[in-house]
Amino acid sequence: MGIVIFDGVAYGMLLFLIAVGLSITMGLMNFVNLAHGSFAMVGGYAASVLMSRYGVGFFPALAAAFVAAALIGAVLEFVFYRRLYKAHPLDQVLLSIGIVFVSIAVFTYFFGPTMQPFQLPPLLDGRVSLGGLEVGRYRLFLIVCGVLVLAVLLLGIGKTRYGAMVRAAVDNQRVAAGTGIHVQRLFFLTFSLGCGLAGLGGALSLGMLGLEPSFPLKYLVYFLIVVCVGGAGTVTGPFIAALLVGIVDMAGKYYWPEAGAFLIYVVMIVMLLLRPNGIVPRKGIA
Amino acid sequence: MKMTKRTTLATLALAALTTLGAFGAHAADEPLRIGLIGTYSGPYADYGRQFDAGVALYLKEHGGKIAGRTVEVIKKDTAGPAPDAAKRIAQELVVRDKVNILTGLDFSPNAYAVSAIATQAKIPTIVMNASSSAITSSSPYVARLSFTVQQVSDPMARWMIRNGIKESYVVVADYASGTDSFTAFKKAFEEGGGKILGELRTPMNNPDFSAYVQRLKDAKPQSVFFFFPSGVMPPAFLKVWKERGMDEAGIKLFATGEATDDSYLDATGDVALGLVTAHHYSYAHPSPKNQKFVKDFVAQFGTSMRPSYFAVTAYDAMAAIDLALAKTKGDVSGDKVMDALKGLSFESPRGPIEIDPVTRDIVQTVYIRKTEKVDGKLVNVEFDKFDKVKDPAKEAAK
Repeated sequence: MGIVIFDGVAYGMLLFLIAVGLSITMGLMNFVNLAHGSFAMVGGYAASVLMSRYGVGFFPALAAAFVAAALIGAVLEFVFYRRLYKAHPLDQVLLSIGIVFVSIAVFTYFFGPTMQPFQLPPLLDGRVSLGGLEVGRYRLFLIVCGVLVLAVLLLGIGKTRYGAMVRAAVDNQRVAAGTGIHVQRLFFLTFSLGCGLAGLGGALSLGMLGLEPSFPLKYLVYFLIVVCVGGAGTVTGPFIAALLVGIVDMAGKYYWPEAGAFLIYVVMIVMLLLRPNGIVPRKGIA
Repeated sequence: MKMTKRTTLATLALAALTTLGAFGAHAADEPLRIGLIGTYSGPYADYGRQFDAGVALYLKEHGGKIAGRTVEVIKKDTAGPAPDAAKRIAQELVVRDKVNILTGLDFSPNAYAVSAIATQAKIPTIVMNASSSAITSSSPYVARLSFTVQQVSDPMARWMIRNGIKESYVVVADYASGTDSFTAFKKAFEEGGGKILGELRTPMNNPDFSAYVQRLKDAKPQSVFFFFPSGVMPPAFLKVWKERGMDEAGIKLFATGEATDDSYLDATGDVALGLVTAHHYSYAHPSPKNQKFVKDFVAQFGTSMRPSYFAVTAYDAMAAIDLALAKTKGDVSGDKVMDALKGLSFESPRGPIEIDPVTRDIVQTVYIRKTEKVDGKLVNVEFDKFDKVKDPAKEAAK
């Protein structure tokens, strides 16, 4: 029982780490960004290539993954995304799903269709005893990362000047611009931040999910579940939703393996019926 | 609509020309057209690359010719399992490109879809991978040179029984081949006096196996047998297996060779060490024929891609066409080629192989291998074998 919950929490954290960036771009900036998984993939490949070809350590590789995904995100924002902030959601869907397919082709071209090799650093390999539970060190590390990212984001958006500006710009762009906020630059930075977070999540997923060019499509549904059930535009919402999805998925597969894989969809439907705007709806939407 | 009459006439003239062209097509130096249907894009694009490499290697060794004719390979992409696309492509290949032979076919649904076309057009079709048992029964114009999932699952069960393993838990991916593997394993294992403790079917898109592995750990079976398709699933499973300390818990693990597919073994990493699997080809197979094959492969394509069982079957398919056409003296009509293929036996890089004259399915040696590190590289080292294994499903149906 204990171990199933622990594994579920760790899995949920991984989902949170990858999906929280989507909550920022999709919720705060109102952009339906289905290409989120592509940015996660950029981070994953950056980390994997740095580690396997250039012998970079795991922790520097994580930082590099964040930077790489944020940079690519910045470039794409500058070239494509900023033209479509006010466009119809369908146009945004078309653009971002197009980016997904292009990214799949590009990564297949450069890295081949097969999986990326990955070896966990010895520090995170194996198990450790935690209050009588034999838990995986890597999974424990994921939980620590998840909580850290949650804390940083809550403080960053809730307590800093930057966060206040973002919230203001999202609520009313014209008034925000009138008070001297440079909205376009702010969105540019925020978008990069969301992509960087995706990249970090992608790199962290190397030890659990295999990384190959079809990654962005394969896990798209999980990111969307986490953000939609949690409530786009918040940080605590996806956090709670990811935990819920992780634990339900894990428990379902353990106790009821014949049907366990479908339980998360049931949970999703029930949650959306009960709280259509997400577990933690953003003020102003609800 | 003034043009109607003239257009009709022109069309007729054109049609006449085309027909004349078709009649003239039997000139001696007309190339042999082979339609290769495989996956060249998307997550399974590795399959197509391996097919291409095997075909190219055979043609290079034989000066680009089969039975004295130059060969024209027309490649088509299905982008994964897509039976409707495969069927349409096969139609195009037969009608427009006028191929003499169809081959490729990595996914079973695609092979079933194409077999209908093969029957209608009487085109010899050689399956390079699709491994569902009934494919060769679905058309008299289909022969298979790859393997069936049952063919490699059944010997694993028999080997385990022979080595004192009496109980096992089975984990398979929840799709047709998973069911095939489970059926064959269960039958052979129970016939040998073994006991199946339980069965887990995991969804195809399963990111994390920890719940399943935890369940296995709590069930404490003597052994676990698993079947997953080549790709991301086996490494994900093996990672969790190691992380949970299943080996320390004394649970033995067995699988089919898909788990340690040479294409993915490098990326899978050390978690595969020590795993015992059953399959028909390992690129470390010690025969001289295979050593030459691997050497030529590396010379041609470098070391970034390892020849897997896909490349070997593609290579063998070319060899089979060559041998069959030698028997028919170059006649490519469907019935003659199929007759020539029946009972064909030759030495493949994987060992001796034979096409069953009754079922047109492959008969081959299935090897028991262990993943080891040789010269710093992970390879499947063969240490035991079962000779002349036929597809168990067809044997049982007799």
